[in-house]
Amino acid sequence: MGFVHRRRRGAELFLLVLALLVGIGAYAAVGIGVQGEVPADLLGYGGWLAGLVIAAHIVVRIVAPYADPVLLPLVAALNGLGLAVIHRLDLAAGDTTFARQQLTWMTVGVVLFIITLVVLRDHRVLQRFTYTCGLAALVLLILPMVPGVGREINGARIWISVGPFSLQPGEIAKVMLVVAFAGYLVLHRDALALAGRRLLFIDLPRGRDLGPILVMWAISLGVLVLQKDLGSSLLFFGLFLVMLYVATERPGWLVVGGLLFFAGAFMAATIFSHVQTRVDLWVDPFAYYGEGTSDKGRQIVESMFGMAWGGLIGRGFGEGSPWRISYAESDFIMAAIGEELGLTGVLAVLLMFGLIVERALRAALISRDGFGKLLATGLAAVFALQIFVVIGGVTRLIPLTGLTTPFLSYGGSSLVANWVIIALLLRISDQARRPVPDLSADPQDGSDSEATQVVKLS
Amino acid sequence: MSELTLLLVKIAYLAILWIFVLSAVSVIRSDMFGARVPEADRRRGQRPKKEKAPKPPSRRRGSPTHVLVVEGANAGEQASLEDAPVLIGRGSDAAIRLDDDYVSTRHARIAASGDQWFVEDLGSTNGTYIGTSRITQPTTLTLGTQVRIGKTILELRK
Repeated sequence: MGFVHRRRRGAELFLLVLALLVGIGAYAAVGIGVQGEVPADLLGYGGWLAGLVIAAHIVVRIVAPYADPVLLPLVAALNGLGLAVIHRLDLAAGDTTFARQQLTWMTVGVVLFIITLVVLRDHRVLQRFTYTCGLAALVLLILPMVPGVGREINGARIWISVGPFSLQPGEIAKVMLVVAFAGYLVLHRDALALAGRRLLFIDLPRGRDLGPILVMWAISLGVLVLQKDLGSSLLFFGLFLVMLYVATERPGWLVVGGLLFFAGAFMAATIFSHVQTRVDLWVDPFAYYGEGTSDKGRQIVESMFGMAWGGLIGRGFGEGSPWRISYAESDFIMAAIGEELGLTGVLAVLLMFGLIVERALRAALISRDGFGKLLATGLAAVFALQIFVVIGGVTRLIPLTGLTTPFLSYGGSSLVANWVIIALLLRISDQARRPVPDLSADPQDGSDSEATQVVKLS
Repeated sequence: MSELTLLLVKIAYLAILWIFVLSAVSVIRSDMFGARVPEADRRRGQRPKKEKAPKPPSRRRGSPTHVLVVEGANAGEQASLEDAPVLIGRGSDAAIRLDDDYVSTRHARIAASGDQWFVEDLGSTNGTYIGTSRITQPTTLTLGTQVRIGKTILELRK
């Protein structure tokens, strides 16, 4: 090999300073736009944000020196921007303190990020916990259904209450499922790809190879359908397909999966009323907007109004009216950004998400072990699918299904889980980019006769 | 606040956003090709190798000093890590010679890189295992990690 990867920690620090500028600048711009003055607590807020980011950077420098230099700054910038937008909505509402809570959750997220990096020195250790993770994911998914623990908010039973907090265990289950899928598939991918019989141009694997993973997937999907959490069902289904495809290198899986998906979506749309509503709102939201109608389309219509009003460069912080969109701080944060920062801002955010996915796939490409490759691919797929599903929903490209926008939306569980995902990705990329230990030194070169030799046959 | 100030703030913020995105892209761009190891460095790195074997990691308290066969036909046999890399196999040139039918002539090698010890499979027939998994690339060894080769189990000892 002619080259090795550089550490690039200096580049990371440079980008982090810019990322802080993005985060703190947004906070200052919100203050100027909404209140007409630079916020008084700018120094305290900026200091706290900078402290978190610098702490993360120092830990990366010490325990994962070869890790990817772009991931952490991208995440820091997105998180900072999200905080500022949530703060702006808080100011508009007057009585909410979502931004303060989000900052607390970000602190928890960064602490967990640090713990993950420090404790997990080699991602291959996770392979030992394949089935433990699978089981834990299932338990976490079922928890909200347990009476007494689970709570129903806005028609979806995906929360559990722990003391004063409510958590979405599904967000944590997401990470664990990726680990479980990766650990299982890396062991069984040869059997999945080669053994089995051919039926109608599709090679079906043996039942015993596919069985466990199919069961795991069916249970997690079933639970999600019962909990009426469409976004996550979509996410898990897509994740399952992508990982199966990557592990087996069989395009047939995508065809089968695609057909299954459309069949399932069609059935769900005809059977479940809440899915039917979502599709109706997607096809013609204006029929459900305004007086004399059910007004269910208000959220999506207001979001489209907002983005149209924002135009190319947006209204500027404080000049729009994003509070008209219900849940603008969580699911519809992209609409709020679209209104106040315009297409220019939305494209920058989309590009940042794209870069995160690219870096994750890059880590998968250069990773030297199969488990790391699958894990990084799975985490990248989680990100990509989640972003597609939520932003596609907000911009009315696909029917709206509730999911959080990673790092931007208000929501503690999602934020914390995503910080852990980034820690895992950094760990994989650190292992992948680290130079290969020099084992080429061979003291005795005269013993070739005993080594295997290539014999010319023809 | 005047309209003009707000406009300027807006434009400035969008500019910051895009400067950040473009810097990230440029870091990725410069990262894509890696850093070529300079020719001089490579030669400097290779020459000592021919003159003498690579220096084992500096001796610290708690660092392993020898490889011990803990299980199998040759249990109790050991080789010092001072002469790293340690070759393991059935062949006559192996530092630890194993009388085990499932072991290849040149089976595996234990070598150092920096402060860490690695075991590397040399393309053996039956493989080298750590725990239950067959290793496919140089794998880090710590004190007490059990390496299984054929019916033999080895580990690093202080």
